[in-house]
Amino acid sequence: MNLHLKVWRQKNKESKGKFVEYEAKEISPDTSFLEMLDVVNEELIKKGEEPIAFDHDCREGICGSCGMYINGRAHGPQTGAATCQLHMRSFKDGDSIVIEPWRAKAFPVIKDLVVDRSAFDRIMAAGGFISVNTGGAPDANAIPIPKVEQESAFDAAACIGCGACVAACKNASAILFVSAKVAHLARLPQGKPEREKRVMAMVAQMEDEGFGSCTNTEACSAECPKEIPMDVIATLRREYLVAGLKSSK
Amino acid sequence: MLNEVKSRSAGKLESKVPTGKLEEKWTNHKFKLKLVNPANKRKYNIIVIGTGLAGASAAASLAELGYNVKAFCFQDSARRAHSIAAQGGINAAKNYQNDGDSVFRLFYDTIKGGDYRSREANVYRLAELSVNIIDQCVAQGVPFAREYGGLLDNRSFGGAQVSRTFYARGQTGQQLLLGAYSALMRQVGLRKVEMFPRHEMLDVVVVDGKARGIIARNMITGEIESHSGDAVLLCTGGYGNAYFLSTNAKGSNVTAAWRAYKKGAFFANPCFTQIHPTCIPVTGHYQSKLTLMSESLRNDGRVWVPKKPDDKRKPDQIPEDERDYFLERKYPSFGNLVPRDVASRNAKEQVDSGKGVGERMNAVYLDFADAINRLGADNIKEKYGNLFDMYKRITDEDPYKVPMRIYPAVHYTMGGLWVDYNLMTTIPGLYALGECNFSDHGANRLGASALMQGLADGYFVIPYTLSGYLADLKRDKVDENHPAFKEAANAVNDSVKNLLSINGKKTVDELHRELGQVMWDNVGMARNEKGLKEAISKIKEIREDFWKNVKVLGENEELNQSLEKAGRVADFLELGELIARDALHRNESCGGHFREEYQTEENEAKRDDENFAYAAAWEFNGDNAEPEMHKEELVFENVQLTQRSYK
Ligand SMILES: Cc1cc2nc3c(=O)[nH]c(=O)nc-3n(C[C@H](O)[C@H](O)[C@H](O)COP(=O)(O)OP(=O)(O)OC[C@H]3O[C@@H](n4cnc5c(N)ncnc54)[C@H](O)[C@@H]3O)c2cc1C
Ligand code: SF4
Ligand code: FES
Repeated sequence: MNLHLKVWRQKNKESKGKFVEYEAKEISPDTSFLEMLDVVNEELIKKGEEPIAFDHDCREGICGSCGMYINGRAHGPQTGAATCQLHMRSFKDGDSIVIEPWRAKAFPVIKDLVVDRSAFDRIMAAGGFISVNTGGAPDANAIPIPKVEQESAFDAAACIGCGACVAACKNASAILFVSAKVAHLARLPQGKPEREKRVMAMVAQMEDEGFGSCTNTEACSAECPKEIPMDVIATLRREYLVAGLKSSK
Repeated sequence: MLNEVKSRSAGKLESKVPTGKLEEKWTNHKFKLKLVNPANKRKYNIIVIGTGLAGASAAASLAELGYNVKAFCFQDSARRAHSIAAQGGINAAKNYQNDGDSVFRLFYDTIKGGDYRSREANVYRLAELSVNIIDQCVAQGVPFAREYGGLLDNRSFGGAQVSRTFYARGQTGQQLLLGAYSALMRQVGLRKVEMFPRHEMLDVVVVDGKARGIIARNMITGEIESHSGDAVLLCTGGYGNAYFLSTNAKGSNVTAAWRAYKKGAFFANPCFTQIHPTCIPVTGHYQSKLTLMSESLRNDGRVWVPKKPDDKRKPDQIPEDERDYFLERKYPSFGNLVPRDVASRNAKEQVDSGKGVGERMNAVYLDFADAINRLGADNIKEKYGNLFDMYKRITDEDPYKVPMRIYPAVHYTMGGLWVDYNLMTTIPGLYALGECNFSDHGANRLGASALMQGLADGYFVIPYTLSGYLADLKRDKVDENHPAFKEAANAVNDSVKNLLSINGKKTVDELHRELGQVMWDNVGMARNEKGLKEAISKIKEIREDFWKNVKVLGENEELNQSLEKAGRVADFLELGELIARDALHRNESCGGHFREEYQTEENEAKRDDENFAYAAAWEFNGDNAEPEMHKEELVFENVQLTQRSYK
């Protein structure tokens, strides 16, 4: 199939970007989206033009590196999948495809489709953990955990930190990402001792990073490649409320 | 500098395995290792390269002890290291299932699975520490699968007859890494670890024979930075991408380990590469990587091909008695759960004899129909749902309805930097942890054992053995102003400039694919003398072509992904030759190294314990000289070397 691409090109953080058009020719429908870009890049290099920069690593939908805004949707038209899991059979011969980086104040563009998501790491460093040092942990079976609790913690823990939720949100809120971590740990007995401190610290850092606030559009969960459910946000709100009440006492 | 290193280590390799009974070695060794006084720990700077399971666990644990840690990774976040992609599970000798598991059995299975080419003491220690890993991870909040009673669940993996694999859906690596990453980020928050994402280490700096720091390139600005430290830990993963197509993440590379090799660290058993039997087969020339379907699927999936060659019928039209469940037939006691090397070779044999399935006839079936009938589709979905989804997404076929098509692909590298019992390379102060060392898996790694090794090395081994080294280190001040840093940084700068100036006609990927093809054809699942010699000369040609003809656009002072790739491929082009050389010298078949000249009448790998029961550690002798091989003889006091049998 042949495709018409409009790709955001931006030399670096400081420069102004613009769309540049390319043709992707004779692409097999079994090609993945990133492989299609590989093909385009190979041709660009041969012509002496700089290839399109984009983040990627595992190409299996688990590392969270990749992420592009494709035809107005974070990670493209397929639900429940990261950009690297998208295949060209999701498009038709002759389609035009617009490819942009994540757009959010807290995620500045580094080059072309590559953005800086280090804000997520700083939120994690603020409280996204259970404080246990290596060694001295009790036997793993010492605390039985009901299967349903473990499963619901897992549903939240599946987040890959890609940032699509931020990109999809009109306010560029990071609430789904933060809630996923808070819910993962709050739903397990191991995470309970630090729950108040954790939620306060993570939310404070999130606000410092310049993410917008949540107005319940649910765009985040709809575009999340791991389909992190909206109920994690309810968990976060509850945790935050309880923590707030306790600290004001 | 090279000469300096050489004169020191030209002698015998000292494994530093403690004396005494196998079960007591680690305990006694820990007791004897010198300690660094808690108040002094903050005076030491430790550099950790890599934030996969090995690196993240090491960096976090060392920071908790009080050391100052600088941690580096080339991804934009520590959480994205390749470990994140591990699917199936992690082994531990907990014996929660009461099915007869024990530390000794895990040790025995691992030594045997590795075809008796690993070091007993290291493997025993690994088995011993496995139980602590699970405890640690659960305490961090890793949501391992549980049974209805709330206790941890297990599954079986290849090469074992007990159920000792802990898992977190099909995302075990992700959950374990997020656990280690959260411990790491906690230390970042406490300012005990300084994190350097989007940094690529390009050289080790050696001063007076000891590792004293690194040179790294800031991948956003292109700045070539110097970082000094009292010890350097390489936790940089495996080199499977030398084959271009592999199950590894696209960025996985050998550069850190290779540059260390060129500074004097020996590289051991490079030819021990693992080809995983259950991957989605190649579909076209544009293919950029291969996707693994976890080994855990072999718990319930049955492997088969049609009995007669060239059978073009759909799988559901092939009656039971015209199918050959070749693993079950040939290996009745392990059946579909034979180790990887055995399963891969058998699949190749079937495809080579014209019984391959699918349009390109390049696969065998992995069929879940029986399991779905027996357990119900919901049960299968719960266990493997995400893998089935992944398969469907890639192939556009529904494995609940038609059998999966699978074929072997390069997956893991058992070889790596030679390390002693303390995980130290032949350069004092330079350590190698996780997949980038050679230590625990011999000639073949058992499933679910890499995660175990990465975390054992990082959480529980290095915190002890490192203090033994530091306690004896003379506190002479070496910092970034030392001439050795300038020299190394200049060399890195020159090679970057060189790559950018060639401006030839071939892209980096093109050259990488050429290398990969030679590696797969001649240094892959079946090797022979002629093919290996041919590989060596072809790789040399590709390498020469690379340095004349590669085209790397852009500049150094910006994010430049072609430049990053070019440096990595240049190293693969050198490593590839060493892999072939090692495979050529090893005149036996063992584990993942199958030399066609050395096989039993039943086409099984035929080891030669009399002549090859050693680890081959290669020493770099300069770009235009042949590397020198050193032998570490492997001593087996607790297991008997037998022909591996899974019949
Ligand atoms: C698809 C797949 C599934 C797997 N499933 C399993 C499983 O179920 N069970 C199991 O036990 N094993 C499994 N494995 C194997 C296992 O995942 C790996 O062996 C293991 O995760 C390696 O961990 P590591 O910490 O050694 O290195 P990695 O996780 O590979 O990390 C390497 C780190 O080094 C950094 N790095 C590398 N070079 C440089 C450099 N020059 N400069 C700076 N940083 C650098 C990277 O950024 C990264 O942080 C699987 C492997 C694959 C490919
Ligand atoms: S919540 Fe979903 S969209 Fe947001 S970072 Fe996590 S995986 Fe990505
Ligand atoms: S490249 Fe890893 S999630 Fe897409």
